Amino acid sequence: MKTTVRSAFLLAAAVIAGCASMSDEEAAQRALQVMKSSFDERGQAKLDRLDQDEAQKLCSVPPATVLPKETVERIEKANLASIRYPADGKLLGDWKRGEKIAQNGQGMQYSDDPKRPSGANCYACHQLSKQEISFGTIGPSLLHYGKLRGTSEPVQRYTYGKIYNSQAFAACSNMPRFGHKGILTEQQMKDLAALLLDPASPVNQ
Amino acid sequence: MKRRSTRWILLAGAALALCAATPSFPQSAVDEIAKYRQQLQDGNPAELWEARGEDLWKQKRGPKNVSLESCDLGKGPGVVKGAYAELPRWFADADRVMDLETRLAHCMVTLQGFKFEEAVKRPFGNGSNRSDFEALAAWIASESKGVPMNVSLSHPKEREAYRIGEKMFFFRGGTHDFACATCHGETGKRIRLQDLPNLTDRAGAQAAYTTWPAYRVSQGELRTFQWRLNDCFRQQRFPDLKFTSEGSIALTMFLAYNANGAAYNGPAIKR
Repeated sequence: MKTTVRSAFLLAAAVIAGCASMSDEEAAQRALQVMKSSFDERGQAKLDRLDQDEAQKLCSVPPATVLPKETVERIEKANLASIRYPADGKLLGDWKRGEKIAQNGQGMQYSDDPKRPSGANCYACHQLSKQEISFGTIGPSLLHYGKLRGTSEPVQRYTYGKIYNSQAFAACSNMPRFGHKGILTEQQMKDLAALLLDPASPVNQ
Repeated sequence: MKRRSTRWILLAGAALALCAATPSFPQSAVDEIAKYRQQLQDGNPAELWEARGEDLWKQKRGPKNVSLESCDLGKGPGVVKGAYAELPRWFADADRVMDLETRLAHCMVTLQGFKFEEAVKRPFGNGSNRSDFEALAAWIASESKGVPMNVSLSHPKEREAYRIGEKMFFFRGGTHDFACATCHGETGKRIRLQDLPNLTDRAGAQAAYTTWPAYRVSQGELRTFQWRLNDCFRQQRFPDLKFTSEGSIALTMFLAYNANGAAYNGPAIKR
């Protein structure tokens, strides 16, 4: 119901804005052209950050949009193919290091030092442990993640894969594709998988 | 002034006490934050920027040594009351859509004789390096207090700006795939403990847009809507949004129009 009201509001605004004068594709093209002239490269943030891959392009729609089934499947298939599992076959690292990575929100902003490793900032969007009360709600709660799922091989592979490329399992997910986009290293992703799955981790207490 | 400083020291103390208290009282943390925000409403240093802005508006400045008092913010030369509630808008003399900061830069160039690069060299202040834009915007916006937002899409260029701004809002890019909509597309979400307005919803857009410019306690600075957009894009891992760029105006148009109908309520004070 809420979604309907919001969609109606945006639709009404769009109609007033004059859909008829500019098609959706034309508006997207025009917006990209405007954006390219509206940003300056700064530090590590170059203008190529505006070059969208297929998923970014297809997912640039209001959150309530229902994409065609074929589109969803295409996005998930392409992203699934991008996942590289560790060569040593080990998927779980050290949850203590994982906790630090989950707390750290720096990395890839033009204001960040590119020589320092990026964080994952999990707590910005997810509840993870009982101790940390400063957590966001954009993503689901991950409290007791491992306790609820166990630590079988398939669970480990799904968890590592989800961190590596969230859109392999949910097209247009809000979650960054940490491995696919080179935000985190293999070791960092192992440490985060351990934070979620290790029975000793605060997530599972 | 002295009383004001004392009050701020007390508030800073209260904030520190709150920080220290939070971990041991997790249940009441959210209540405490609400209380802190309530306390902030008690006094707003934005008034200092507003006073300086009014002076700047009336001062003879620039190579031509004239004031900005004949600057047309959309309601006729020199009319400041209610002007902010109708911006951005299309201006016939420039044949383009402008937001407040862009229009001010335009007047600094055309009336006062500044070179554009010179006029916009300090869009955002930092300590003693103060920005004239932040002061002017604070004062001009304050002259719309209580006036319902009434942004028009009657000109084709205004409609085009809205469409571009809307596309920008949902545009996912960069290393983290973030769009404005990632954080501001759903109701009732928060990042860490910070509530996020849903800007695709009329009530959310109204509540958020009508409070900018705002004094940011964490920065000790008054910030304009141009700053708000610039810093959102920094956190989105995008490059640096250019001050008064076409894209910045288009996105402002999208958000300002969505806030139509709500009384302008700034400059506000924020954490």
